[in-house]
Amino acid sequence: MSADLLGWWGVPLAVLAGAIRVSTPFLFVSLGECITEKSGRINLGLEGTLVMGAMSGYAVSYLTGSPWLGVLAAGCAGAVFGILHALICSLPRVNDIAVGIALMLFGIGLAFFLGKPFIQPQAPNLPSIPFGNWSDNAQVRDSLRINALFLIGVVLAPVLLWAFRNTRWGLILRTVGDSADAARALGYAINRVRTFATAGGGFLAGIGGSFLSLSYPGSWSEGLSSGQGITAVALVIFARWNPMLCFWASLLFGGAAALGPALQSVGITQGYYLFNAAPYVLTLLIMILTCSRDRTLAGAPGELGVTR
Amino acid sequence: MEASPVKLDNGTARWQDILRSGAEAVAVPLLAVLGALVVFGIFVSLAGVNPFETYNLMYAGAFGSWFSWQNTLTRAAPLILTALCCALPAQLGMVVIGGEGALVIGGLAAAAISQTLPDAAPLVVQLAMAMAAMAAGAAWIALAGGLRHWRGVNETIASLLLVYIAIAVFNHLVEGLLRDPASLNKPSTPHIGDANMLSTIPGTDIHWGLAYGIIACVLAYILIYRTTFGFGMRVAGGNVKAARMVGLPVGKLVLVACGLAGAAAGLAGMVEVAAVHGKANASLIVGYGYTGILVAFLARHNPLAIIPVAILLGGIGASGGLLQRRLGLPDATVLVLQGLIFIAILTSEVLYGRLPWLKKVKA
Amino acid sequence: MTSGFKLSRRSLLQGSAALGAASLASGLPFSPAHAKDVAIGFIYVGPRDDFGYNQAHAQGAAALKKLGGFKVLEEENVPETVAVEKTMESMINLDGAALVFPTSFGYYNPHMIKLAKKYEKVRFLHCGGLWSDKDPANAGSYFGYIDEAQYLSGIVAGYTSKTGKLGFIAAKPIPQVLRNINAFTLGAKLANPNVTTQVIFTGDWSMPVKEAEATNGLINQGVDVVTCHVDSPKVIAETAEKRGIMVCGYHVDQSKLAPKGYLTGAEWNWEALYPKLAKSVQGGEKLPNLVRGGLKEGVVKTSAYGALVQDKARKHADDIKAKLTAGSYVIFKGPIKDNKGNTVIGAGTERGQTDIELEKMNYLVEGVLGALA
Repeated sequence: MSADLLGWWGVPLAVLAGAIRVSTPFLFVSLGECITEKSGRINLGLEGTLVMGAMSGYAVSYLTGSPWLGVLAAGCAGAVFGILHALICSLPRVNDIAVGIALMLFGIGLAFFLGKPFIQPQAPNLPSIPFGNWSDNAQVRDSLRINALFLIGVVLAPVLLWAFRNTRWGLILRTVGDSADAARALGYAINRVRTFATAGGGFLAGIGGSFLSLSYPGSWSEGLSSGQGITAVALVIFARWNPMLCFWASLLFGGAAALGPALQSVGITQGYYLFNAAPYVLTLLIMILTCSRDRTLAGAPGELGVTR
Repeated sequence: MEASPVKLDNGTARWQDILRSGAEAVAVPLLAVLGALVVFGIFVSLAGVNPFETYNLMYAGAFGSWFSWQNTLTRAAPLILTALCCALPAQLGMVVIGGEGALVIGGLAAAAISQTLPDAAPLVVQLAMAMAAMAAGAAWIALAGGLRHWRGVNETIASLLLVYIAIAVFNHLVEGLLRDPASLNKPSTPHIGDANMLSTIPGTDIHWGLAYGIIACVLAYILIYRTTFGFGMRVAGGNVKAARMVGLPVGKLVLVACGLAGAAAGLAGMVEVAAVHGKANASLIVGYGYTGILVAFLARHNPLAIIPVAILLGGIGASGGLLQRRLGLPDATVLVLQGLIFIAILTSEVLYGRLPWLKKVKA
Repeated sequence: MTSGFKLSRRSLLQGSAALGAASLASGLPFSPAHAKDVAIGFIYVGPRDDFGYNQAHAQGAAALKKLGGFKVLEEENVPETVAVEKTMESMINLDGAALVFPTSFGYYNPHMIKLAKKYEKVRFLHCGGLWSDKDPANAGSYFGYIDEAQYLSGIVAGYTSKTGKLGFIAAKPIPQVLRNINAFTLGAKLANPNVTTQVIFTGDWSMPVKEAEATNGLINQGVDVVTCHVDSPKVIAETAEKRGIMVCGYHVDQSKLAPKGYLTGAEWNWEALYPKLAKSVQGGEKLPNLVRGGLKEGVVKTSAYGALVQDKARKHADDIKAKLTAGSYVIFKGPIKDNKGNTVIGAGTERGQTDIELEKMNYLVEGVLGALA
């Protein structure tokens, strides 16, 4: 009877499939935060942006019937939050971490407020692409139905890495992030660059949120984000501001989050709270191992308050 | 706090200066809150609700009667302690947002230790609970501080990760080792015993946690502004390199500040156990630690300012119910207002030294 | 024992009028209810449109509103802390509530008990079935034997599953949840003795991503019918539908979310109970302190069968449903073994719905894959 059942082999498969499913919001938020932090600012408010993106994406998808318009709306909502963050931070004596926490609160509040009418209705979801049709195993096929947004993220990561290194924009961004004085001397408008970087970061984080509401789990509710946005900010630091490492870190995190349910589904039921905390322990351990008191992290933007 | 340069050679000018900065410290946040309320009014009118009716109800729900005041103060009590968890490390320039973790670990430690003292006098049990909670909370946040100092791990993110870990450990123990077998459908630790519960402040139904918070704020104020240790904290907060250069023990400052911060949040957990629930269970995890961050920032990390700010936020929380019942506004309205006030207060930083009628007269 | 408790409608109204006057005196912008309307407060722990636990209660409140003669006060997302005490108190003091329904399990002790002692003239009815005679007389608690409906879901699931593998996504291994898991599995075994139910505990009542992940994990193990005991089954129903498997609902009807795969579901019937309770308060009758009931008393109900349910399954489930409704059927009837091989209910022992032993359930029956952490 079990020709098409995988038993224990289901665990690595589930972790892999889970990694792909769960990692997408981490990927988008961490790529967005990567851009922002490269410019020398940290935006802790991406949790709020993520939730706002989830809500607005779902609402627009429901109202227009087009999930892609929802994704766009989520990105725009995120960009607006990014611009707000950048504008407040450009004022003298304002701490970017504090502004981030404020916008996190405001974003969550606003999303819950405006999202009430959208808890019930069902909005059209984003399509997935079946990559597993080569297999005659139903589980493999279903696990390899990969969402389009994930694929966009897969492409985006190397493109960003390349752009940071090889384009004029990347150079300006890094200069502003590494030394405001040098950037000023070169005649770059620091605030404008940072505004663009934060808006871009917000745009991606908003899209990350729309993944939650439009793809997986695929509906809007107030408990949708359990801190994915803020964890993704932490991911950027241990990914050393490298978009490709952000990608691998997101996958690792997604896989770790899928481990608990996957183990239970084959009968390992002890200590599921501890399994659920695995991603956080992992992040902390990696940060402890890779950080150092005496040198700033390789790749860290010099202007970034968070590494000083 | 950036004190303006004080002229010691001229007594009158000095007093003017103190008055000026004092008036500024009150006027700027007030202006910010007013600004946030105006934006909030516009927001609710867009939602189709009369803003003046909203203000009126909020005032009634928060401060309009003795019942409302008690409601407000009860809600403010835990926030005062968790705000200290953010405000103390902030003196060193650190942003610690892990108060929620210290609170749940503190609450768990308090509930656990009460079980080891079945025959002790209530005062002894309460003292032991407070000590255990403070020690556990202190260790939790000091861990984040130590990682920052010795390993360079960012304390904001480390303290946040520790919240998730604390909650996992808490749930694991409350539903495992420390579970009261009789707590059937809501897994909890055993009850600490009615005799060991903290009572209410006479004449009110507000528990003593409020007084603990106020005392802790006063002590923290004295520590920061009236002791050499506090001076060292503020120097290191201004410039770590300079502090090392003049030989300040930065590591010790970090550990002690984080330890005291965690102790405050841990004590908040103990109060929740000993004054509200009587046991540790998932009801401890309701976000007091996070709201405390908001309180600390709104108070600009000044321990004495924490008290009125916590009362303000307690009042906003207390009025939320009326907004839902009378105006049909969603519960998240309160979050929106909190966010707006937070943003306004941060933005108002630019106003310091710029209010025309409070500008410093050039001598 | 409760002569002081029995309020006439008049004294009740006087009480609320006095409260109203007091609020006016303190300068509140008080909008009093029409003098004849009894104010009733409902407090939810989550959003009231969650397709789950809270919505079930909100539907009960909505039934009261439709009835007229009541002023219904509602607050959602109220945590199980002093916040709920203050919410109840605010409903009583500022809106003159004469009856309060704190609907979440954790609202009871210490919060509701404390308030019931403080406001002797107000009545409190809590969902959870927790009242004992040590508790105040103006307090009460009600609950439904929803495991009866889960048992029927199990029968339907057992017939309909092709793989013989069922999945159950649950929040925490507490007796109420275990009873549902066990009833569901026992029901399924009536249809197919070899059926198994794989359980996954998510750890909390509302965790959408974990619930979706658990659903996918179960499906990957070959499960083709899932059900759950979490606050909002929305994500689980939608995920099951997306992946083309079947689902049994919980709390309220979720057939809208899974039009193809929805088989049936175990629902609360608060729309029927709340008007009854509210009317008896309005009429000044003494409220029972402990209300419990299942299909027979109309406290729980089942969703209409989905298209995939075969006649054989419908017939068997309807047959058992008729017996349960008549009160002539016992679900937990020995011999029952747990999934470690120990006998938990001996041969010849019948544990009827009201049996207090069932409220302490700490085992999973044979056929359930999973363990209590």
